Amino acid sequence: MSGPVPPALELRGLRTEFPGRGGVVRAVDGVSLRIERGRILGLVGESGSGKSVTGFSILGLVEPPGRVTGGEVLLEGVNIAGLPQGAMRRLRGARVAMVFQDPLMTLNPVLRIGTQMAAAVRAHDPVSRKAALGRARDALATVGIPSPAERLEAYPHQLSGGMRQRVAIATALLHRPAAIIADEPTTALDVSIQGQILAEVRRLADETGTAFLWITHDLSVVSSLADDVCVMYAGRVVERGPAARVIAAPRHPYTAALIGSVPSGHEPGTRLPQLAAGAPPRGADGGPDPGCSFRTRCPRAQPDCALPPPDLDFGAGQSALCHHPLEAPA
Amino acid sequence: MTAFLLGRLAQAALVMLVMSVLVFLGVYAIGNPIDVLIDPAATQAMRAAIIRQYGLDLPLWQQYGHFLGNVLRGDFGNSFVFRIPVLPLILSRLPATLELTVLALLIAAAFGIPLGIWAGYRPEARSSRAIMALSTLGFSVPTFWIGLLLILFFTVELRWLPSGGRGPVGWLGLSIWTREGWTHLLLPALNLSLFKLGLLIRLVRAGTEEVMGSEHVRFARAQGLPERQVVGLHVLKNIGIPIVTIFGLEFGSTLAFAVVTETVFNWPGMGKLVIESITSLDRPVMVAYLILVVLLFVAINLFVELTYGLLDPRVRAR
Amino acid sequence: MNREALVEGWQEYRRSPVAVAALALVVAIALLALLAPWIAPQDPYDQSALDLMDARLEPGSIGSGEYVHWLGTDNAGRDLLSAILYGLRLSLAIAVTAGIVALTVGTAIGLSAAYYGGWFGAVAMRVVDLQLSLPAILLALVLVAVLGQGVPQLMAALVAAQYAYFARTAFGAASAERRKDYVEAALSTPLSGARVLWRHLLPNTLPPLIVVVTVQIATAISLEATLSFLGLGLPVTRPSLGLLIANGFQFMLSGRYWISVYPGIALMVTVLAINLVGDQLRQVINPRRRR
Repeated sequence: MSGPVPPALELRGLRTEFPGRGGVVRAVDGVSLRIERGRILGLVGESGSGKSVTGFSILGLVEPPGRVTGGEVLLEGVNIAGLPQGAMRRLRGARVAMVFQDPLMTLNPVLRIGTQMAAAVRAHDPVSRKAALGRARDALATVGIPSPAERLEAYPHQLSGGMRQRVAIATALLHRPAAIIADEPTTALDVSIQGQILAEVRRLADETGTAFLWITHDLSVVSSLADDVCVMYAGRVVERGPAARVIAAPRHPYTAALIGSVPSGHEPGTRLPQLAAGAPPRGADGGPDPGCSFRTRCPRAQPDCALPPPDLDFGAGQSALCHHPLEAPA
Repeated sequence: MTAFLLGRLAQAALVMLVMSVLVFLGVYAIGNPIDVLIDPAATQAMRAAIIRQYGLDLPLWQQYGHFLGNVLRGDFGNSFVFRIPVLPLILSRLPATLELTVLALLIAAAFGIPLGIWAGYRPEARSSRAIMALSTLGFSVPTFWIGLLLILFFTVELRWLPSGGRGPVGWLGLSIWTREGWTHLLLPALNLSLFKLGLLIRLVRAGTEEVMGSEHVRFARAQGLPERQVVGLHVLKNIGIPIVTIFGLEFGSTLAFAVVTETVFNWPGMGKLVIESITSLDRPVMVAYLILVVLLFVAINLFVELTYGLLDPRVRAR
Repeated sequence: MNREALVEGWQEYRRSPVAVAALALVVAIALLALLAPWIAPQDPYDQSALDLMDARLEPGSIGSGEYVHWLGTDNAGRDLLSAILYGLRLSLAIAVTAGIVALTVGTAIGLSAAYYGGWFGAVAMRVVDLQLSLPAILLALVLVAVLGQGVPQLMAALVAAQYAYFARTAFGAASAERRKDYVEAALSTPLSGARVLWRHLLPNTLPPLIVVVTVQIATAISLEATLSFLGLGLPVTRPSLGLLIANGFQFMLSGRYWISVYPGIALMVTVLAINLVGDQLRQVINPRRRR
C-alpha cells in the first residue's frame, strides 16, 4: 500500500516473454507504471514496442505460447499477476476492462449490440435479460450515444465507426471497473471523431473515477488527452512523467525523435527530422541485452551506452532511462 | 431483398436453359439420337414411326423445340429395359435414395460438428490430432472400399447386419418404420456419411480455429464471459452460416454420391438405376437422370443462396 | 521460386514426421509401380499366361507357375501381387496424366480470366464455379455415359471433373497478384502482357497449385477406382485396382476375402499417403496460426 488509497492500476517490473524459433523474445521487459483513480496515462511507442502486449498482460490475455513471466500487476493494491484463469475471468470486465482497436472486428457482426452487451452484464451479475438490457441502455447513454434504446437493436455494421467505439467503451464501463485498458481505440477513426471520443473519455474519467491506460502510437492524442505519459521502446519504459512536461521538454532522445516527427510542430516546407533505422541489439547468447536498447538508432550514442542505463529523475515526476539525456531547453 | 430473389431466380432459369441445350446437343447432335430414343430391338416400322413422332428428320433447332416441350411436360420417353415411362420410374426410386441421403447427412452432422468444434477449440490436444487424422482417413479412402470393409466386418465376421437390399417399405415409400428396415439402412447410411464426415470435421475445425483467434473472442474474454458462453454465443453463431451453406450444397453432392453406396449395398435407389442404365445402355433413363439432377442442383443452390441471405444480417441489408 | 525458398520449404515440411513417412511411402509406391514389369512374377494382362486352374488360390499357395502367390490369386487365375502392381501402375499413370492435363487447362483458364478480367473473366469463373458445385463423380458418370468406355474417355472424364479446381485456385492467386502495384507498374511499361503473365503472375500461382495437384492426383486415383468398380472405368482386360476389387466382391461373403481386400489396401494406402503429403505441403505453403 503506497498511500491511503492505492492507485487504481500499478505495474511493477512486468515481464512477458514469447518463445520463438530463435530464442525467447521479451516483449515486455520490466515495465513499471502507476495510474491513480480518475487519471489517464498514455502509453506511447511504435509498433513492436510491446505496448499492446503490456495491455494484454494486465488482463491475462496474452496469446499462448507467450506468457507473463515476472513482475506484479496491482489492481487497487492487489496483485493479480499469476492468478488462475477462473479468478482472472471474474475480474475481467468487472474490475478491469479493455477496449480494442477496431470495433468492427471486436463486436460480433452477427449479434445485435443489445445481445452482446447484455451478455457482458450477465457475465458478472446474474440479473434478468431485461434488467441487463436496461443497464446496457444506461451505459450507452453515459457515453453520449443518442437514442440508446434503438441502438441496442442494431447490428454493428449499422453504426458508424465512432459510434461503435463508444459502444465498446460503454461495454467496458458496464461494471464500473477500476481501470480500463484502451489499445489504440481511435487509430481506426477519423480525426474529427477521434476528438469527440477523447473528450468523452476525459469526461468519463473525471466523472466516474475510472483510470485509463491509453495505448497509442500517436503523440498528439497523448498531448490532448493524457495526464501522464510513459514512452516505451523495445519492451522498456524509456521516459515517463506528466504529459505536458515530457512533450514540452523531452529528456530521452527517442522521445525527442517522436515529438520531432510530428508534422504540426514544424514550419511548412522544412524537412522533418528522421529517425535512423535499426533494430534493438540482441544479447550475447540470445538472451536480453543489458545495455540501452535504443543505442543502435540514437544520434547521441556513446560507448558506455552498452551498459545498463540509469533511471534519472528530472523533478516534477519526470524521469528517463538514459546515459546521456537531453538538456532542458533554455 | 426482392430484387435479390428475382435476380437469383432469373439466373437459375438461365442455367437450366443452358443445361437443357447442352444435354440436347450432347445427346442429339453428338450422340446418335436414334439410339437414344429407339429400342435396339424395335422393328423397322416402329423405328420409322418414332422418327416421325420425335421429328428426328427435322432440322436441329426444331428438334430442340420438341425436346424442350417434351421435357417441360415431363415426357422423357420410355425406358428400354423396363418399358415404362421414365419419369415415374425414376421418381419411384426417389424415396429410397432420399432416406439414405438424409440419414447419411444427419450422421455426418451429428458427429462432425461437435468433433470439429472440439478439434478447433483445442487444436493442440492429442484427441484433436486423432480426430484430424481420422477425418483425413474418412475422405481419403474411397467410399466403395469402406463399404466393402463394413460388409466384411459386420456381415461376414459378426453376422449382425445384412449385406444388402432394403427393408420393408411403408408409409411415404420409406423403410424407416420397421426394425428390419433399420438394420438394412444402417450400414449404407454409415458408409455414405463417412466421406462427408471427414470433410465436415475439417471445415468446422477451420472455422472454429478462425473464430477462436478472432478479435471478437478476445473481446468477449476481456469482458469476462465464461468460456462456455464464448463458444456458445460467438463460435456457434459465426460458424453456423458457412456450415448451413456447405450443408445445403453437400446434399446434392451426397445424393449423387449415393450411386456408389447403392451399388455396393444393392440398395434399390435412383443411383443404382442410373448405373444399370449406363451399363445396359438404357439411354432415356440416363438423359432424364441428368436433367433431373441438374435441376435438383440448381434448385438447391438457389435455396442455399436465399437462406444465406436470410441468415447473414450483413447481406439482408442490401 | 529460388533455391532458398525450396530449402526453407523442405525444412518446414520436415517438421511433421508423419508427412515425411508419407512422402517416403509415395516414392516407394511410385517406384514399385514403375518397376512393375520387372519385379512382378507374372504379367496379368497376358491372357495366355493365365490358367483358370489357379483361380482363387489362397495367399501363400503355389500355383501352376511354381512360384508362391504371396497374395493369392483372383477369380481368373491372376497372381494378385502382380495384378496389384500393374494396377497401381495403371492407376498412377492415368491419375498423374489426367492431373497434369487438368492442371494445364485449368491454370490457363484461371490465369487468363484473372489477367483479362472483365466480361470474359466473369463468365469463365461463373462456369467454373458452377462446375465446382457439381460432384466429380456425377460429371465423370455423365461423360462416360455419353462418350462410352475406354482409356481416352476415362481421361477426358477425369480432366473434365478436375480442371475446375485448378482454374479456381489459379484465378484466386493470380487475381490477388494482379491487383498488386508492381503488376500495374509492369503493365504500364512496353513489356508485353504475355511477359507479365509469364514472369509475374504464373510463379506466384505455382505454390498453391502444387498443393492442389497433389490432392487431385489422389482424388483421381480414387475416382478412377470408383468408376472401375462400377464397371464404367477401364476395360476388363486391363484390370485396375477398382476392377480387381469389384471382381472379388462376390467372393467376400464366402470367405475368399483376399481378392478384394489386398487391392483395396493398396488403394487405400496410396491415396492416404498422397493426401498426407498434400496436407503438409499446404501447411508449408500457407502456414496457419503458429501451433
